[in-house]
Amino acid sequence: MIEFRGVTKRFPDGTVAVHELDLVAEQGRITVFVGPSGCGKTTSVRMINRMIEPTSGELRVDGRDVLAGDPADLRRGIGYVIQQAGLFPHRTIVDNIATVPVLLGRGRREGRSRAMELMETVGLDPSMARRYPNQLSGGQQQRVGVARALAADPPVLLMDEPFSAVDPVVRENLQDELLRLQSELGKTIVFVTHDIDEAIKLGDKVAVFRVGGTLAQYDEPGVLLSRPVDEFVDTFVGRDRGYRGLGFLSSDTIPIGELPTVGLGDPVPEQGWHAVLDGERRPLGWIDGGHRPGGATVSEGDVVPGGSLYPVGSGSLRGALDAALSSPSGRGVAVDADGRVAGSISADDVLTALPDARRHDPAA
Amino acid sequence: MTYLGWLFSSENWAGSAENPGIAQRLVEHLGYTALTLLIALVIALPLGAWIGHTGRGGLMVVGIANALRALPTLGLLVLLFLAVGLGLLGPLIALVILAVPPLLAGTYSGVANVDPSIVDAAKGMGMRGPEVLFKVELPNALPLIIGGVRSALLQVISTATIAAYVGLGGLGRFILDGLSQRDFPQMIGGSILVALLAIVADLLLGGLQRLLVSPGLQQRGAQAGPGRLRLIRGGAGTDRARAA
Repeated sequence: MIEFRGVTKRFPDGTVAVHELDLVAEQGRITVFVGPSGCGKTTSVRMINRMIEPTSGELRVDGRDVLAGDPADLRRGIGYVIQQAGLFPHRTIVDNIATVPVLLGRGRREGRSRAMELMETVGLDPSMARRYPNQLSGGQQQRVGVARALAADPPVLLMDEPFSAVDPVVRENLQDELLRLQSELGKTIVFVTHDIDEAIKLGDKVAVFRVGGTLAQYDEPGVLLSRPVDEFVDTFVGRDRGYRGLGFLSSDTIPIGELPTVGLGDPVPEQGWHAVLDGERRPLGWIDGGHRPGGATVSEGDVVPGGSLYPVGSGSLRGALDAALSSPSGRGVAVDADGRVAGSISADDVLTALPDARRHDPAA
Repeated sequence: MTYLGWLFSSENWAGSAENPGIAQRLVEHLGYTALTLLIALVIALPLGAWIGHTGRGGLMVVGIANALRALPTLGLLVLLFLAVGLGLLGPLIALVILAVPPLLAGTYSGVANVDPSIVDAAKGMGMRGPEVLFKVELPNALPLIIGGVRSALLQVISTATIAAYVGLGGLGRFILDGLSQRDFPQMIGGSILVALLAIVADLLLGGLQRLLVSPGLQQRGAQAGPGRLRLIRGGAGTDRARAA
């Protein structure tokens, strides 16, 4: 647990980067600091490991005053991931990851064997161990950065815009990976970003900062989307927050309807959209019936690509609505956990289910 | 051929008791060079590393170092001769003054130019000041430091000939004696020896650089191409521009 109590940072030139910050980052959760540039989010996170010294106030990590001891000792107990990864270019990947265990005097061999384990944990091929950072892609480097921060198994992890320098596809990949890792590790993570979508995706709680270093709102992401406290947060959260807020509402109450289906090689249906399935009943796409000379069968060339799929039982209203809207037939394909077709949903079903879902969700 | 003939005479290599040969002059020359470089390294490495690490006094020191470079070594030698008299001390001081600026510039700029995000990461991992310097900054500065050493070495080898002006040995003897005796084969032979020595020493340091510098810092292009041209260019000229 990380506690800020009236923490202020005033730089020598008089600028106040953080003003009287009161905030608690909960144990085992991801807390995201988000805001425009100059809002003090990075300064705030860098005060936790004393890369920046607070001017006043109290800052505790797991009950311990960070200002009490030696800063280097404090930092060895806190994982730190920065933008561009900040890997040591003169060291191999395995030695980069082993940095903190070696600093803690655990010996190079033990450090390296721990590093090899961690490479697997973060999804890096162990054959990369002997390579140097300049031989890795940006996404791979960032994974090494995360592995390095985890090497000494610190309870707290600080991540300062770690994914902002990689391309959007890789970024999404790394975000998913982080969520998967966190579900296994349960670290107390403070994550800084300027990207509200990233904040909403990753955060168990999101702290929105405004310029001048004050906290505008500190809430769960669903609340942030449905009830922004003021105009600043409203604008910052973005235009289609209503739609994005659906991502936090359970879709369990949506009725799963019928779905007309047809297999590859079957005769083309006489009329209407049919979902085309493979032999395992997994959806391949859609076919619009009729308009063909008699006796034609469904071939792969006839298949129109389908939209997103809606996973029954684990989806949100947003996923359900998107499945319906992105389908050429207007009906979204619902699939079970194995990816087999379970039925269909319509946009109307989603909207009908909305008031009910809102009532059941305390956040909304 | 008659000029080169001087170089290949075994008599000239062996010399005699009152007139030492090439072999001994070579050893003397290398001795002056090594001593100069050692002293200059002891001065410039810690100073450059400290300035680069703390970022304090960088502009002043680089300014002074560049001013020192502009001193004509021969004039300096005359001045030192007047001040400290005959003997090794005068030329040694002159040579050290020549060698310190490139070493200082190389070390200072090498350490100061390490990517700040790497230094930030090192501190954030919990490295203390000396650990940051020795484990991160110096290894990353090594290419520029060795560049400075090569530059200094080239200048010291070619300038160590001035030792002969104050009655000492070294390869400068052949040039000076050849000139005064109008013995041009000896003079040219001496000059060629100095040039060859400089080239060989630079090549050796280039090899050492490849051994010492982490493969993570060596560019792939540089590894693939033949190193010779690059070695000489990298050794002599580049750090002047960097320090400025």
